[in-house]
Amino acid sequence: MRGADFDPRKIKMSDTPVISARNVWKLFGAKPEAYLASMPAGHSYEQIREDGYIAGVKDVSIEVARGEMLVIMGLSGSGKSTLVRCFSRLHDITGGTIEIDGQDIGAFNEKELIDLRRSKMGMVFQSFGLLPHRTVLENVAFPLEMRGQDRHDRRDRALEVIRLVGLEGREEYYPRELSGGQQQRVGIARSLAIEPDIWFLDEPFSALDPLIRREMQDEFLRLQDMLGKTIVFITHDFDEALRLADRIAIMKDGAVEQCDTPDRIVLNPATEYVRKFTEEIDKARVVHAGVLVQEGLTGEGEPVAASDTIQSLARRLVNDASDAIPVKMADGAIKAMPRAEALGVLLGDGA
Amino acid sequence: MTDAVAHPPPSEPRAGLSTRARVLIGLFGAAVILTLLRPFLPDALIRVPEWAIPPLEPALDAIFAWFQNDLGLIHVTRAISGWLGVAIDAAANLLYGKSRWPRLDALPWSAVAGVAAVLGWWLGGWKLSLLAGGTFVWTALMGQWKWTMETMSVIVIAAPVSFVIGLILGISAWKWKRFERAIRPILAILQTLPFYTYLLPAVIFFKVGPTAASVATIVYAMPPMILMTAVGLKKVPPEVVEAGKMAGCTRWQMLTRVFIPSARSEILVGLNQVIMLSLAMVVLTAFIGMPGLGAKLLAMMNSFKLGRSFEIGITIVLLAITLDRLSKAWVVKQPEHFEKGTPWWQRHFFLVLGIATFVFFLLVAQVVPYLDEIGRRQAFSMGKEIDTAMKTALAWDWVQATTNGIRYFFNLFILIPTENALLYVPTFAVIAAVAGICYALGGAQPAIIGAVFFTTVAFFGWWDRAMLTLHSTVTAVLLAVLIGMPIAIWASRSARASRGAIFVCDTAQTFPSFIYLLPAIMLFGISPITVILSILIYTMVPVIRYTIEGLRGVPVELTEAADMAGATRWQKLKNVQLPLAMPTIAVGLNQALMFAFFMVIIAAFIGTRDIGQELQRTLAGTHLGKNFVLGFSVVFMALTFDIAINAWAERRRRALGLA
Ligand SMILES: Nc1ncnc2c1ncn2[C@@H]1O[C@H](COP(=O)(O)OP(=O)(O)O)[C@@H](O)[C@H]1O
Ligand SMILES: [Mg+2]
Repeated sequence: MRGADFDPRKIKMSDTPVISARNVWKLFGAKPEAYLASMPAGHSYEQIREDGYIAGVKDVSIEVARGEMLVIMGLSGSGKSTLVRCFSRLHDITGGTIEIDGQDIGAFNEKELIDLRRSKMGMVFQSFGLLPHRTVLENVAFPLEMRGQDRHDRRDRALEVIRLVGLEGREEYYPRELSGGQQQRVGIARSLAIEPDIWFLDEPFSALDPLIRREMQDEFLRLQDMLGKTIVFITHDFDEALRLADRIAIMKDGAVEQCDTPDRIVLNPATEYVRKFTEEIDKARVVHAGVLVQEGLTGEGEPVAASDTIQSLARRLVNDASDAIPVKMADGAIKAMPRAEALGVLLGDGA
Repeated sequence: MTDAVAHPPPSEPRAGLSTRARVLIGLFGAAVILTLLRPFLPDALIRVPEWAIPPLEPALDAIFAWFQNDLGLIHVTRAISGWLGVAIDAAANLLYGKSRWPRLDALPWSAVAGVAAVLGWWLGGWKLSLLAGGTFVWTALMGQWKWTMETMSVIVIAAPVSFVIGLILGISAWKWKRFERAIRPILAILQTLPFYTYLLPAVIFFKVGPTAASVATIVYAMPPMILMTAVGLKKVPPEVVEAGKMAGCTRWQMLTRVFIPSARSEILVGLNQVIMLSLAMVVLTAFIGMPGLGAKLLAMMNSFKLGRSFEIGITIVLLAITLDRLSKAWVVKQPEHFEKGTPWWQRHFFLVLGIATFVFFLLVAQVVPYLDEIGRRQAFSMGKEIDTAMKTALAWDWVQATTNGIRYFFNLFILIPTENALLYVPTFAVIAAVAGICYALGGAQPAIIGAVFFTTVAFFGWWDRAMLTLHSTVTAVLLAVLIGMPIAIWASRSARASRGAIFVCDTAQTFPSFIYLLPAIMLFGISPITVILSILIYTMVPVIRYTIEGLRGVPVELTEAADMAGATRWQKLKNVQLPLAMPTIAVGLNQALMFAFFMVIIAAFIGTRDIGQELQRTLAGTHLGKNFVLGFSVVFMALTFDIAINAWAERRRRALGLA
């Protein structure tokens, strides 16, 4: 699980976040700007709907750090896709600001926007969004062609990413001649062709059957380890989120209910909704030893690694008789976690 | 009304009659009473009197003249006809050697046929190759090459022009909502306008000849192209659009690299329609003196040369099927990938083959003149022989007895009595009855529209002729329903028969309407029943097609439920299948009526006394005003039925929960 490798503190807070959204609103309806301006503060989703508007994104503030993988989760219709489309300005937002690398993209003119997308962003779509009349090679080279790269360069680059996603030999195929999994590989290759800094993936594996999905997730993790991009990944599948995420943002009715590491989301749900949402999860598989350490405790015996899940420590937790178990943190310091709390996570009766 | 509870709500009329029943009784009652009182009515109440008819025709003529001369439209049309004329002449030069720029010789027929065959092979395999090549070989062998190329020279210019303009307008309609809102009603009107309203304006603004024919064709073929383009562009999946935007496309790149290629299917369906409508129109431009297959067919039918007519008919049908199949094959043609390392001539196999075939025949034709041009003497036309054979067959006693019997029976017992009856009825009684029918079908709105339209027709001043036209169409459509429905019901019982019948109908619908006159003329010569028969054959196609579609579309669970309820076949048909299929059948009926109103005008050259006759006479002259008044008399009658039947189908659909 990636959650273990990620330590929020590793990211220097002085670094400007790659994506920074402040009080972002996206309303669908007749005259959203005018409505938002006149709307009383604290209007609920239902009240907005009664006025004839849909709050696709409702007052969202969120930041994504360089190299981070943020997973956005939520039921269908909760506004995940809308939020991500605001990040790339496929949607013009109704209120708030969105900055990419410190620049307010709302103020960009058409040319600047096109340049931004041509140089920094890649996106993968749930139903692939491939151009049916182009071969795999032509689809992958499409963004390069749009920015006017010469034929040989773009062919070389396209072949390179096609190899990267494991579609060698299929360059001349047309999308309808490929399976769903292969088509999504084309989508992934296309989104990587321009070597983007930011990578958006909108439920990229939801349209695939479970076996293929698993395989594609592994593939995706392999790519990410290699490329280390800043990623916003949408899914409605909690297992997928847990496998991939550094942080998870849980959305409901356009608003972000909670945005935190997987451990903390399952240990300290911020709202009743999040608690319900995470109820079914086997917490022991999510929570890592490092998260449970408390200052001032010292444990006895061999230290466990901070990145171990509680589930993997089950035998030790049951057999060990001491009150605290030593944990070796990522920076080498030895701390300790209370055994009772860890057992609580293991047995599912809360932290 | 003492007891409010026991009585129906106050909106219900007292006598137990609904509003609907009272309106119907009122309208039909008025019609019957007016008719019964006819002998006692003053003339002014029987027909709109001469002095009450507004001088529309001269007024319209004056307006057109103003447009043309004072507004300077003539300069615009001159410019257009200049360019178009050059293009058509060039095509004519290449196709049949008309001595115009670029003054090359006509292409050898064998080269054209060869390229057509290669094109067919590329698009749809050997069958299509055979059809496409075979059509042109047949045309050449029958000695009809020149006429066919006259027709084609207009199509090869008009169809692309119509396609391009339609594409641009379609893109504009998709791009700018306001433009779409502006042209939608215009397109709706253009699509209901029958071919003959296009002909005379074209002649007047562009003079008799190929230019006028192609302008009429271009305008006539364009509306579906505009609509299909807009539909296709709207249907491009949002994620494909977003993928394009994320790839950093500019607007122009979005349009040319994402939208148009993704809307390929719809745009090509539009092209198919452009081609088929072009063919239909070009054939009909025979009425404004455009030479070609249509003119020849018209001439041959006029002089009752059955054999030649028959051969030309086959050519037209083959041409229609070929053009239709080729363009449809292009719609469904999907690119296939080549394995790596395929040499370029293999990747472009058909292009190479096409050029090779062309060059080959071009060269061989220099040596073998027979492959260049087939003269009248060398042709295989069997016109005379077929003619003799047909006339002999028709003269056989039993055949003649049958046709004469049918003619006699129909004329004496059906056509003449109903015709006389319709002519006897006072104008306003007809209007009341029409309003009543519309009310029964669609409710108040169609009834009002119908009444207004028919009153307008009455004041246009060609009432009796209009009634004759109405009589022919309605009689023919009723007969088509009587004959077509049982056939359709029978065919719908098996999946195979249904598919076969629909295939035949779809093919038949691609034929230019002219063709349908042929069998009628062969059997009955030049007589009123020929008109009815040709309309009947023409309109039976949509009746059968949509009835089958409606019946086959009934959900299986419902028919099975009926089976389980122990319904007999007839009960099932009457209580389950027909009611559910009715909205679809109504679409077919509507189409049948519209077709009938077109056909009745075409058939007029046989010699009828109706509006079509008068209308065809105007085509020879320059009386645009009269042409419009006559044309719109028919259009208004057709629209009345169109609106009423559509309203009825809509109501049924909603009642059945299908909408
Ligand atoms: N273009 C649009 N116009 C109107 N409503 C929209 C549009 N796009 C999305 N919505 C609405 O916004 C809400 C959020 O949609 P979406 O972001 O697609 O949800 P998710 O991706 O989480 O399933 C939904 O209620 C949806 O109906
Ligand atoms: Mg979504």
